Amino acid sequence: MRRWLPRLALLLLALLLGLAALAPWIAPFDPAETNLAQRLMPPSTMHWLGTDHLGRDLLSRLLWGARASLGAVGAILLLVLAIGTVLGCLAGLLGGVVDTVLMRLADAFMTVPTLVLALFFVGALGTGMVNVIVAIALSHWAFYARLVRGLTLSLRARDHVAAARVAGASRLDIARRHVVPAVAGQVAVLASLDLGHWILHVAGLSFLGLGVAAPGAEWGVMISDARPFFRTAPMLVLLPGAAILLTVMAFNLLGDALRDRLDPALAEHGH
Amino acid sequence: MLAFALRRVLTLLPLLLLVSVVFFAMLRLGRGDPALDYLRLSQIPPTEAALALVRQQLGLDRSLPAQYLSWLADAVRLDFGTSWATQRPVLEDILQALPATLQLAGAAMALVLLLGLPLGLLAALYRDRWPDHLTRALAFLGVSLPNFWLGFLLVLLFSVQLGWLPAMGREGPASLILPAIATATVSLCVTLRLMRASVLGVLGERHLVFARARGLPERGVIARHVLPNALIPPLTTLGLHLGELLGGAMVVEMVFAWPGLGRYALLAIGNRDFPALQGFVLAMTAVFVLCNLLVDLAYAWLDPRIRLGAKAA
Repeated sequence: MRRWLPRLALLLLALLLGLAALAPWIAPFDPAETNLAQRLMPPSTMHWLGTDHLGRDLLSRLLWGARASLGAVGAILLLVLAIGTVLGCLAGLLGGVVDTVLMRLADAFMTVPTLVLALFFVGALGTGMVNVIVAIALSHWAFYARLVRGLTLSLRARDHVAAARVAGASRLDIARRHVVPAVAGQVAVLASLDLGHWILHVAGLSFLGLGVAAPGAEWGVMISDARPFFRTAPMLVLLPGAAILLTVMAFNLLGDALRDRLDPALAEHGH
Repeated sequence: MLAFALRRVLTLLPLLLLVSVVFFAMLRLGRGDPALDYLRLSQIPPTEAALALVRQQLGLDRSLPAQYLSWLADAVRLDFGTSWATQRPVLEDILQALPATLQLAGAAMALVLLLGLPLGLLAALYRDRWPDHLTRALAFLGVSLPNFWLGFLLVLLFSVQLGWLPAMGREGPASLILPAIATATVSLCVTLRLMRASVLGVLGERHLVFARARGLPERGVIARHVLPNALIPPLTTLGLHLGELLGGAMVVEMVFAWPGLGRYALLAIGNRDFPALQGFVLAMTAVFVLCNLLVDLAYAWLDPRIRLGAKAA
């Protein structure tokens, strides 16, 4: 890996995060504002990237779409880390029945392809962005719980943790002071490799019409909205897709770099 | 070998049982009242009397464990209930849609194997020369591509511009090409990268020096000493990729109007048709688990250490 690539990825991600955060202030138009007199317009000084089939400003929708995608992935990350770390720590530290039950449950969740499981959960919970986020998080927590449990078990055998236990530290203390800091690096590697994957899942489920509702701006929804016009106005499909591609590439670059630096042993995990 | 196969199947059964409990619980813990969904789909006005009747008919008035057990009793006899929307047996609908999905995922898997592995080998053998740079650049792009968007790009190029291949539908082998490429690309590129790394790892090993020293031609060294060892890491991830391909097919099917389980699942989700949804996820899980089982058995057959090691453990 060349040394400038991770820096480029960081720069790109910072830019995307900045644009997403500032979208309400820098987007030239309301992303949901339709103007049928201005439909399917080519780029102009007023609409820098042109307009879609309802006359909505494409640039504004792309910016708000970044907000939706990155926000969703951030929420998935928090949920997966919370569930995975807590359950993994519990299983590793308590052992016994708790460990058996939690790990069998994790096995059950890993028995189903992640996107199929997410589709099923959206079906069970109902459509909408919040449920898409919950569904994707629920279909991925098991990988993290397994990783954290394994790391916790190997840590428990280490002298400094045993010493803390002998000195009377509670399990909560051990989890907070010794386990969480030690597993953070490895979890970060796994998560950074998954972020791009989750962007693709969010976009895919939104493309299927399960995420953001109709007037909302999200990259997957924009592509699905533009379908009937993509022979005459291919930009409406090309640009949101390119935005997804760029974001996923940036996350993947960052993930590869982080893995090379923190954990060369963790091979490409393929899910 | 037979004992190993039996043992693997026996460990799978409790896992599948647990999976079915999770599915059942998720459907019942979700929002909304299934009886209301049922009435809406049957176009019966939701009066109190109708609701009470439906609850009794669907068994919703019984406790959750009792409902699960009666569902399970039907399921082991391959009766997955009746779709609330179509009023047809779920199994029938699924068996109708499943072949198209399996064909798509299978074709994609063939692409992953027939292109990903050789290209990975090629990249490794031409390390740091142009074939390596080219395949790596393409693979890097490929792992980040949204499959449904790639589908549109392929249609734009090969159907609209060139007119070589059909843009949608499932008629003849030509209609399979574009959806299969769109489904396969991410897994193909991941496999390519893994294969390259794996070959480079084996190429650094010392027994190759001996093989060359005793005069084995380079071609023989690759075929007899590099490939068998280098293939193991990418092949162990095939099971996971199969999951990705099955999931990816669900989205790609929508781009190409491919009449598979993706459309069935979307209809079930839109209708909140619980028996159909349950049938869908069970069918996909069954395919996934079965294929992984076959992969495991193939390993055990190829590598005695696995089946004997499993017995010792």
